Amino acid sequence: MRDVAIISFAQTKHARAITDANEVEMLMPVVREALDGAGVGMDRVGFTCSGSTDYLSGQAFSFVMTLDAVGPWPPIAESHVEMDGAWALYEAWVKLQMGEVDVALVYAYGKSSPGDVTEVLTRQLDPYFLAPLWPDTISLAGLQTRALLETGRVREADLAEVAARSRRDALSNPYALLARDDSPDALLAEPFIAEPMHKWDCPPITDGAAAVVIAAGDVARELSSRPAWVRGIDHRIESQGLGLRDLTTSASTRLAGEKAGVASAPVDFAELHAPFTAQELILRESLGLGDDVAINPSGGALAANPVMAAGLIRLGEAAARITRGEGNRAVAHATSGPLLQQNLVCVLEGE
Amino acid sequence: MVIEYPFSRTTGPVIGAFLTGLREGVVVGIKGSDGRVLMPPTEYDPVTSESLNEMVEVGQTGQVTTWSWTEGRRYQPLDGRPFAWALIKLDGADTAMLHAVDVASPDQMSIGMRVRIRWRAEREGHIRDIECFEPEVGAS
Repeated sequence: MRDVAIISFAQTKHARAITDANEVEMLMPVVREALDGAGVGMDRVGFTCSGSTDYLSGQAFSFVMTLDAVGPWPPIAESHVEMDGAWALYEAWVKLQMGEVDVALVYAYGKSSPGDVTEVLTRQLDPYFLAPLWPDTISLAGLQTRALLETGRVREADLAEVAARSRRDALSNPYALLARDDSPDALLAEPFIAEPMHKWDCPPITDGAAAVVIAAGDVARELSSRPAWVRGIDHRIESQGLGLRDLTTSASTRLAGEKAGVASAPVDFAELHAPFTAQELILRESLGLGDDVAINPSGGALAANPVMAAGLIRLGEAAARITRGEGNRAVAHATSGPLLQQNLVCVLEGE
Repeated sequence: MVIEYPFSRTTGPVIGAFLTGLREGVVVGIKGSDGRVLMPPTEYDPVTSESLNEMVEVGQTGQVTTWSWTEGRRYQPLDGRPFAWALIKLDGADTAMLHAVDVASPDQMSIGMRVRIRWRAEREGHIRDIECFEPEVGAS
């Protein structure tokens, strides 16, 4: 295997609605900042890969237009995934493993504000049994949350603790959208929006984008004073049938975590892509992360959830923290599909 | 202007059998590799990926395994009225399906409660041939 590292990361200041910039305009400064952070121009980027979804932009092949944000001329080697940008990073990592290129640019973006994202995401569901019922994301998360509460392993107060901690940690993240100091008790006193869900169980509707530069071996060492090395990366998927899997655990996360080598050394902190409070607790259990591991120091997806970018941001945040010397071994996670159907786990380390 | 998608696709021997069953007012699942009855049925086993083919009729009553409340939204069952989403394990099935339960308030919902199918009068071989579920009469 070739050593590959995340060497630069940039993101938008996430907002409920970015109305003064289209997707290209939203991406351009982020791509520029990521390239500048790595000290490279597009001439050194051997592969570009993006993650986004036509269902948010409302038109086919929308990613082709956003290539304007990187400038496709002279011709670039490019690919796209209709998935969170974390999977675009995975594709770029595979490309670097093949040994023909040394530097790759990965970006992702999503504007949820023009439509109703909780309704749009019903279109990703099983087309025969689920999508024709139009179950919105909050209703589905409610099924998972209640199932988890029913096990007795988790109380509602634990969920409020997750929300309060995420919002509080986001106070030190200038890019986060929902940053405030709420006590768990105050959150528990709020009414349900759709029993068993409180508003604070859910992520804020967010527009935003992110970009990452990865590089291999000595090129990474040349371009970064402290690369965040990808020591393991793996992704696994489960059935699309919600009733065919145990919603209170995440078998695919557990397997991806094992393959990525999460447990082979102590973990300093983790960035987990958990758009709903119960999902963070499920992921922690499935990855075997104890109370000694700091979870989502960035505030996580509960503080800013640009759909299609929020998973890539977990990898970028974890890498940036390692590069800044604020930890040496991190677990970064991204999810895709309904109720943690598909999961990617990445172990990052400093030198 | 009506934007059309002028393609049709066949639903195959498993999903197709399930949907045809709904049109006839019958619910069928399929035996998985481990002998469990998967409902809704899948063409391939979710764990072993083996091809599955033994269809099994299941009951029209069952049990709620988890649920959430909604005020009701466009396109969803029950025409915008509040209802409960639920995963429901039909009698004779080992896995649960998603559908709506028509009750007036969340107080009437609980895990383990018994429900039964309310069929639409006009059925066409579609998951919404099941209008919703309702509490089973006589069940506590």
